[in-house]
Order: sequence, then C-alpha cells, then structure tokens
Amino acid sequence: MKPAPFDYVAPTSVEEACALLAEAGGGATILAGGQTLMPLLALRMSQPFILVDVNRIAALQGVTRGDGATRIGPIMRQNDIIADPTLSRLLPGLVTATHHVGHHQTRNRGTIGGSLAFGEPAAELPATAVALGAIIELRSTRGIRRIAADAFYLGPYATAMEPDELVTAIHFPDWPPDTLIAFREVSRRPGDFALVGLIGAVVVDQGRIARASMAWFGMGPTPIKARQAEAAMIGQATAGLDVRGIAELAIADTDPFSDHHATRDYRLTVGRRIFAGTLAQTLDLRAAA
Amino acid sequence: MSDHKIVVGLNGQTIHAQVEGRLTLSDFLRVDAGYTGTHVGCEHGVCGACTVVVNGKAVRSCLMLAVQADGTHVTTIEGLAASDGTLHPVQRAMRDAHGLQCGFCTPGIVMTLAALTAGDAKPGTETLKAALSGHICRCTGYQGIMRAVRSLTGDAIAGELA
Repeated sequence: MKPAPFDYVAPTSVEEACALLAEAGGGATILAGGQTLMPLLALRMSQPFILVDVNRIAALQGVTRGDGATRIGPIMRQNDIIADPTLSRLLPGLVTATHHVGHHQTRNRGTIGGSLAFGEPAAELPATAVALGAIIELRSTRGIRRIAADAFYLGPYATAMEPDELVTAIHFPDWPPDTLIAFREVSRRPGDFALVGLIGAVVVDQGRIARASMAWFGMGPTPIKARQAEAAMIGQATAGLDVRGIAELAIADTDPFSDHHATRDYRLTVGRRIFAGTLAQTLDLRAAA
Repeated sequence: MSDHKIVVGLNGQTIHAQVEGRLTLSDFLRVDAGYTGTHVGCEHGVCGACTVVVNGKAVRSCLMLAVQADGTHVTTIEGLAASDGTLHPVQRAMRDAHGLQCGFCTPGIVMTLAALTAGDAKPGTETLKAALSGHICRCTGYQGIMRAVRSLTGDAIAGELA
C-alpha cells in the first residue's frame, strides 16, 4: 500500500463533515475527486490523520439557478460539467475551460470544487473562477462565508480556506447571453498543465467594450487578473483596438516563474503573443494581431 | 488506520471484502480480488494502464480508494469477453489492427474505448483519440491503436486492415 495509514470517513451531510473537520483540528484532508490528492497520498507528500471523503454528500452535488447566478455543487465531476446543457448555455467559458482539465479518465472523477480548493497556479478552473467573477462559499462549524475567487488565491496551492472549512458551493454570476469568451492554453501535450493560459469574458455593446474580465493561469503564483489591460479596454471601440498595446499591459500584471518546462522569458513571450491573438480572434479583428 | 466492509459488483459477481482505508482500487482488484489484468504502471495517475470502468465510466483505479468503490459496479479487462471466450469488439479491433506489442498499457486502453463505445454511444474518431491522450504506450507509436479506433468508428482507411 502506497499511502501512509489514515482513518477514512465518508460523511453524508455537510454538518457531519464540518464537525469532523473541526474535531480534527487541522489533521484532516478533504477527499473530493482525488485526481490530485491520490497522487500526493501515493507519494506520501500528503499524510493526513483523517481523510474526509465528501463524495457521498448529496447537498454538494448539482446545478441550481439562483438570483442572477448559477450555483454549482463542488463535487460536480468535470465531465458532468462538460455534458450539462444548462452550463453550456449559461457558462460556456467554464465548459470550454473544463475540456482542458486533465484527461477524459481523470475528468470522470475530478471535481470543480477540488480543483478550486487545491489552487494549482497553472490549472484552468481557478483562473476561470477568477475571470468569470465566481464566489466560493465556505462552511465550517463557525458559520458560512463567501469569498470572491479573486481574493481566494494567496499563493501556489495556498488559499483563504481554513483547515476546518469545506467548499459548499461555487456561485457564478450571470453574464449577458452575447458575452464573448476568450480561451487559449499552450501546453506540451493534451492534458498537461498549461505553460501559459488565458481565459476572459468580454461584453461588447454597440461596437464598444462594455465589460472585460481576463485572467491568466501558469503566469504567476496564483491565477492573475489582467487588471491594467481590462481598464484600458473598457470603453474602447473594438474596431482598430490596439491589441498589442493591451497585451503589453496584460503581461505587466504577470509574474511567471522558470521551471524545467519553460523559462520565465518563454512564458512572457508566449503570453504576449497569445493575449494579442486571442483577444483579436475573440473580437473578430482578423487583421489586427 | 481504519477498516471498512465493502460490497462491489465486480465483472458481474458480487464481492464482499474488508479493506483498509488507504487501499487503492487498483491494489484491491489485483491483490484482494485476483484480477491481475488491471496493470499498475506509475501509480499516480499519469500512465492510464490501470484504467477500469466504474459505473459505466473509465477511471484510473490507482486514483480511487477501494472503499470508494463500495456499492459500485466495476468492470476490468477480465469482464469484457463473453463467457465462451468471444472477444469484445474493442479487443477484436485492437488484435486485428495490431494495436499492441508488449500489452502492458493495453487493458487500460481497451477499458477506455469499451466505456466510450458502450451501448448506443457512437463517438467519433476525434473523441476517442482525445480520450486516448490519457494513456501512455511505449511500443506501438499509437498508429496501430488509431487503426483500431478507426475500425470501431467506421472511419477505416481503405486497405489499412488488409
């Protein structure tokens, strides 16, 4: 057996799960889809005393429509997100990004909540939650709190979640039906983490950019919002937009790292190119980039 | 450390077992249940060799705990062929197209293709090819496997299986 010994518990209610997490005093780890956690257990990089499997909690499943937002249960499997007709209509950006998460076989187990809570800086879903303005709902025996995805990520694999908290919902606000989605990921092979990735939502009204929200993945310690680029785009006419200039501003907000997959310079160069190209393609500016 | 009683539908049989919490499904299948057709390569979710079908879906059995399979139906490579030995269409296609050499990765690949082509599902060649990105084969260069895929989807190129 590869993992170190632990006690396995599979609560069937959120209350029971929160009580177990509180009681464990930081010694528990939550098991959702397990597609990242199981390798960490196998390599003994993670050695919890208690593994709290939340897969049997019905309240953490499903998609529901609320007040101007869509609530997604955190244990919804990534392939179920791809197959969900409501999400394809309301959140096409989320569905597009989810296609790029891992492989078919891992998406059959991997969950949206697990991916968001793990906080891998090169992963698609945290950046998607940031770009689309998602709110992450956390619950513990101390109560419920909601944190904007934008404020949730503190560093690589570090989030605002406390050890006794459980993600109980992800709320994605409605975007106008004609919102344009920008998505581009550069990776060596399908299913690899991104070397450089970008997701964004742009609303164009009468030829001018009314809203823009863009987030990078793989370009720093957390998902990174391209705030300077967003600010520069708002109010601009799409015709003749200086996409290269805006890409420079988008790059200025990043802080990529060098590793054995790619250097910092490579990521900056590729990021600059894909931001300009993807923005032009999204806005249908064929000649601009 | 915790022990758990589980009941798993395995290749059409009901298996009762007692497992430690940390036992992976792949080790349970091979060591406890004796179905060694499920191959274990990397044991951390990269290679795809250990892929089995759980409740109709292809999953990596090294990334699931045996205790999580409680109450599910699991099919391994041993559960595909008919009891008289007639091969499953995916097995036949892989044999006819020389989709394997050493065969280590083959059970996982066959289980992914079997899950995606089960019942009335008619996935296209590109869908199956994308799903195969979750498997690593070091022998074939994938060309034989893709021939098998094309014969399953009806996209076979004239003469390629002759």
